[in-house]
Amino acid sequence: MKPGSIVLVALTGLIWGVTAMVVIGVTLTLVTGDVALPQASAAGLAGLISALVLVWRQSAGHAGAMADRGLSAAILFVVVMVVSFAAPFGLSLGQHTLWQGLGLVLFVAGVAGANAICLDGAQLGAMSRYEREVVYIRIAKGIGFVVFSIIVALPFYVMIMTSLKSQQALLANPLDLSIDVSQGISGLFRSYVELFTQFNFGRYLMVSAFVSVATVVLTLLFSVPGAYAVSRLRFPGQAFLARSVLLIYMVPAIVLVIPLYAVFSQLGLRNTLTGLLIVYPATTIPVALYMLQGYFRGLPSELEEAGLMDGLSRIGVILKITLPLSLPALASVSLYVFMIAWNEFLFAFMFLDDPDIFTLSRGVVSLNSSEVPRQHLMAGAVIATVPVLFIFLWFERFLVQGLTAGSVKG
Amino acid sequence: MQRREMWLAYLMLAPTFAIILIIVAGPLLANFWISVKPVQLADLRPPTVLVNERVRGRPKAPGDEARLEYRLRNSSQDEEIRDVTLSDVVPEGFTVISHSESCSLNGAKMTCDLGTVAPGWRGDVKLVGTVSEAFLAAHRPERASEPVITGEANNVLTNFDFTFENFSRIFSADEFWSVLRITFYYTIFGTGGALVLGLFAAQLLNTSFPGRGVLRGLFLFPYVSPVIAVAFTWVVLFDPFSGTLNALLTKMGVVTDPINFFGQRAIEFSFLGIPMEFPLALTTVIAFEAWRYFPLSFLFILARMQSINTDMYEAAEMDGATPLQQFWYLSLPQLMGILSVLFLLRFIWTFNKFDDIFLLTGGNAGTRTLTVDVYEQGFALSNLGAGAAVAVVVFVVLVTFATLFIRFSPKEEGL
Repeated sequence: MKPGSIVLVALTGLIWGVTAMVVIGVTLTLVTGDVALPQASAAGLAGLISALVLVWRQSAGHAGAMADRGLSAAILFVVVMVVSFAAPFGLSLGQHTLWQGLGLVLFVAGVAGANAICLDGAQLGAMSRYEREVVYIRIAKGIGFVVFSIIVALPFYVMIMTSLKSQQALLANPLDLSIDVSQGISGLFRSYVELFTQFNFGRYLMVSAFVSVATVVLTLLFSVPGAYAVSRLRFPGQAFLARSVLLIYMVPAIVLVIPLYAVFSQLGLRNTLTGLLIVYPATTIPVALYMLQGYFRGLPSELEEAGLMDGLSRIGVILKITLPLSLPALASVSLYVFMIAWNEFLFAFMFLDDPDIFTLSRGVVSLNSSEVPRQHLMAGAVIATVPVLFIFLWFERFLVQGLTAGSVKG
Repeated sequence: MQRREMWLAYLMLAPTFAIILIIVAGPLLANFWISVKPVQLADLRPPTVLVNERVRGRPKAPGDEARLEYRLRNSSQDEEIRDVTLSDVVPEGFTVISHSESCSLNGAKMTCDLGTVAPGWRGDVKLVGTVSEAFLAAHRPERASEPVITGEANNVLTNFDFTFENFSRIFSADEFWSVLRITFYYTIFGTGGALVLGLFAAQLLNTSFPGRGVLRGLFLFPYVSPVIAVAFTWVVLFDPFSGTLNALLTKMGVVTDPINFFGQRAIEFSFLGIPMEFPLALTTVIAFEAWRYFPLSFLFILARMQSINTDMYEAAEMDGATPLQQFWYLSLPQLMGILSVLFLLRFIWTFNKFDDIFLLTGGNAGTRTLTVDVYEQGFALSNLGAGAAVAVVVFVVLVTFATLFIRFSPKEEGL
């Protein structure tokens, strides 16, 4: 028995008990809408005792690992119930019995499992620095998984759930993020229906799609020849050009906004999609050119030389050899540019005044007023997000390539 | 062959060059120009002569006399307009008897030469004539053709009035230095936060386990989602009255009053008896920045980590290096290159960031950075010149960073 080891094991149990209880308690609150008061100290104590029991059995050299884990889980359950007076979530067991039961099962399984994984091989006797660090790292990683999943998923969960609520339900209890099935499908998607019927979101969606696709096409038209020239042809100033492209896309949009606003206003381009379709490609061409030239450089030049030998012109070589070979790169560039154009906010916000040609970003911003209820704003956010996330998940491989190659831009 | 190749290359690059020169390089230079000019937002509408055409004299029967009046007004109160001309087609069925001296008639086409008109000038042009049946029958026959006005006025954007007032105004404002300080806090901590989170996330996903692909996809969500969607979600989530987070904190008894995360400039507290302030809104905005951009550094760091040779770790394991030692002495030095490149790039991009803060707080509650200040001066206060002056400051700081970046970026990371 080493005090240091005992403290480490106890701490592990304590951390997992408290973490699991807080996470499950908060989830329970959000799912049921009734405020749970997770009994963190009871859970911490239970986790601590069960961790000590687990490691004590482990150190004693018992072979029946499953039995040890069962014993530890049982102790966990008993202690948490006794110390919290049979109300681990601060709710009497009669309320939401099913959810509470599920929460309790998750709590016991989660803490017991986490303890077992983290303390695998731990002893109450002396532990080497290596063994102790393994335990630290397991705890840190476990906490990391929990924290990262929550901070990433929670806002999206809130976004979707808020968009499905009614105004009264939101005001009555902002904690209730459950799906209220009783209002039926039409009630559930009321905000979406209203956005499409009264707020013209169908049109915004079309405009956004048109602008993004047109930006992709224009960008490719400009950047493919440019990238080919930079990567394959020899000419004075090639190296300088390849490098200066990188500098161009560090120029912030906000610096360009005032002159462009002034000039476009005088030319009558400001409140038009043409104006946007001039600005968007200009901001994406450098990125696209940079990504494509990197890829073109990686293609074996022998293929192209063979094509040239066989009497193809340069343009023929590009169309028949280079482009078919670089389809994956073209796909990632297109997706990346599409994403930039779809998500673009600043120029759409500054240039567009006419609701007939709003892009989605601009349309959602117009929902951010005190006269429009919150669930409409969130529904608008969902509408703007879903196509991008869908494309992202569908083409994740290409897009991740695009991100790593081009996301020197942010 | 060499020459042809060169010309082909220039030809292929020409369109790209043209659009970048016009949309990026042009505005950059134009910023310097606008920043030394007294331009207000309203000046973008150039002064013109406004015209209002109407029939007077209430003709009842064919042959009655009527007057066709053009009332003219200079829209600007302080700019003269030169070489003003008015031209219009006399409506059908209107026979001109007499007209103002400045005008001349050529068939049905009337041209009036009004010369230079003073600021705030008002005047009119009259045609006297008789009307016919067709004129009386038509509904508002004078509307059949729009009068056309031409004229030249000083365009405040292209004349040679210069002023240093924009710069002296922004530099002498008290808030400018606090804006600069906030910009640097935001940039440094936002970048650092995103990097640390990204490094941590990359460590988590560097081992393979079931569900790893799903988690990797999930971790990229904040970055690929549109900024308006995630920014408004944060605003709703942190809302002091109806936000989920505040409801949770108050109901569970963690805090007594809801916290206005995006609206409260600072929380005062005392540490060892010294009163201190915690910049709440700024911290929340920085947290958003770290949250939204950690996926990017995560992706880069993960890619780099997976290319590290595992032999090294096996050797270290043999020699009894503990996991933390392995991370500190093996992984971290290997990652230093990508970390510094990411830091520099993200530093520049965070510095450039406008959308996030604008959507979250609008630059209020002590979160106004330089980029938000450009908007604030140029559009909220309608002083384009001052906005451009701030943009020039942004650009100068940026060029400094970029120079440092090029000097110090490690070449082996291939950027």
